[in-house]
Amino acid sequence: MTLLVDVFTVLTVAAGIVFFVAGTAGLIRFPDTSSRLHALTKADHLGLGLVVLGLLPRAESLGGVLRLVAIWGLVLASSAAAGPMLARLARRGARGG
Amino acid sequence: MIADLLIVAAIVALALPVVLARSAFTAVALFVAYGLLLAFAWVRLDAVDVALTEAAIGAGLSGVLLLGAARRLAGGPPVEDAPPGKAQVALIGVGCAGLAVALGAVILALPDPAPSLAEPVMANIAAIEVGNPVTAVLMGFRGLDTLLEAAVLVLAVVALWALAPDAAWGAAPGWRQPPATDGPLALLARVLPPIGVVVAVHILWVGADAPGGKFQAAAILAAMWLLPWMAGIAAPPPISRAWLRIVIAAGPVAFILAGFAGSVLQGAFLAYPPGYAKAVIIAVEVVLTASIAVALALLVLGPPAEDRGA
Amino acid sequence: MSATIFGLLGAALVGIGLFGLLVRRDALLRILAFNLLGGGVFLVFGAVARRGAGAGLPADPVPQAIILTGIVVAFAATTLAVALVLRLAAAKDRG
Repeated sequence: MTLLVDVFTVLTVAAGIVFFVAGTAGLIRFPDTSSRLHALTKADHLGLGLVVLGLLPRAESLGGVLRLVAIWGLVLASSAAAGPMLARLARRGARGG
Repeated sequence: MIADLLIVAAIVALALPVVLARSAFTAVALFVAYGLLLAFAWVRLDAVDVALTEAAIGAGLSGVLLLGAARRLAGGPPVEDAPPGKAQVALIGVGCAGLAVALGAVILALPDPAPSLAEPVMANIAAIEVGNPVTAVLMGFRGLDTLLEAAVLVLAVVALWALAPDAAWGAAPGWRQPPATDGPLALLARVLPPIGVVVAVHILWVGADAPGGKFQAAAILAAMWLLPWMAGIAAPPPISRAWLRIVIAAGPVAFILAGFAGSVLQGAFLAYPPGYAKAVIIAVEVVLTASIAVALALLVLGPPAEDRGA
Repeated sequence: MSATIFGLLGAALVGIGLFGLLVRRDALLRILAFNLLGGGVFLVFGAVARRGAGAGLPADPVPQAIILTGIVVAFAATTLAVALVLRLAAAKDRG
């Protein structure tokens, strides 16, 4: 049972790291702000979600589980707000020269 | 070990461009990222309380303050002082590198075993009745430092308000934000504060026995107050309001009163009565949290400014 | 080991911050550099705290508590410095 949990955690956290790396690569390699933001938000949300999922079975109590999920939700909400703002700012900057 | 070295490399890679950046805006963005990574460094140093504070204040509130300032200053008049010459820069570089190397040598030569107050703290923590040793130090053994620090925040707000132009005295602090649009920020500013307040109360409450406490909770509360202002859906109260001034002063006043109660009941300033230490500490911390939260938010907002139709 | 590594990082940050403080002319950049310097000092202190582990604690809580208050006071000083810079810029604008 513990072995199974360990394998699950290692696999999901490793998959999460793959998405983080992909998001970072996109941030560095993509040509314009919109696609960079796209890479950053999409990949990182999935990456963080997988890391949280992998850590869930290790939480000591139900409170710990709820806290982990809450952290993921808060990060989603904050970057869902920040992403469009940055994109709008970049578009305005590009138009204004 | 490898994780430590990676964090160190990332922090240096962010700190160097902060001082070399061309624009203040870039420097501030890098500085915020630096603050977040510094929080990792604090976790690696087993200072989780400090890490929470660094992330909330060093990266969060400082980021809002500095980005706002960079935006206000952009396009302003250029700096008038002459730039330092190449030789001068080289000399300063050598001097600063020398200082860093000397400081590094001192760190490598620190005495072993290191002097530590961990043992006296743990020997006496039962008298303070809280489980988190950092909270015990802040509210108990070094309570006077924390009291003076809370007073410093009040003085900082007074000094900040003193910078207001005469015409703006008594008006609402900060710059007028553009009115709300129905964008994602406005939605976040409506949805997040209730959740943020619950998180802040949780962090204050667990601070007695686990990492957390009034500074971290107050920083989150301040952020929850600033969010609707940034979204343009709520204006801060004018600084002439009496309740605002009372809330700012209430924390230090409550702390001082608790201190004098100790003088009367226990014969020493800030001595807590046995059996009631935790109750007194938590009561003072709750009032302090409100004061610190309001003070931090007002410090980020800045003094009242003349409205120039911005 | 961690304590020494981050202590050395603190020393490096003190050097970097002081360099920026002396070389840059932009006031806001100087404030940032000063904060880097301050962060370095806190880290050195944090390394000392980590070395003082004992009595079942991973680090000496006394320096940690002082760093905590230090961060808040440093933030208050930064807000005051930023307000002074903004006020100065506004005064210059008006001529």
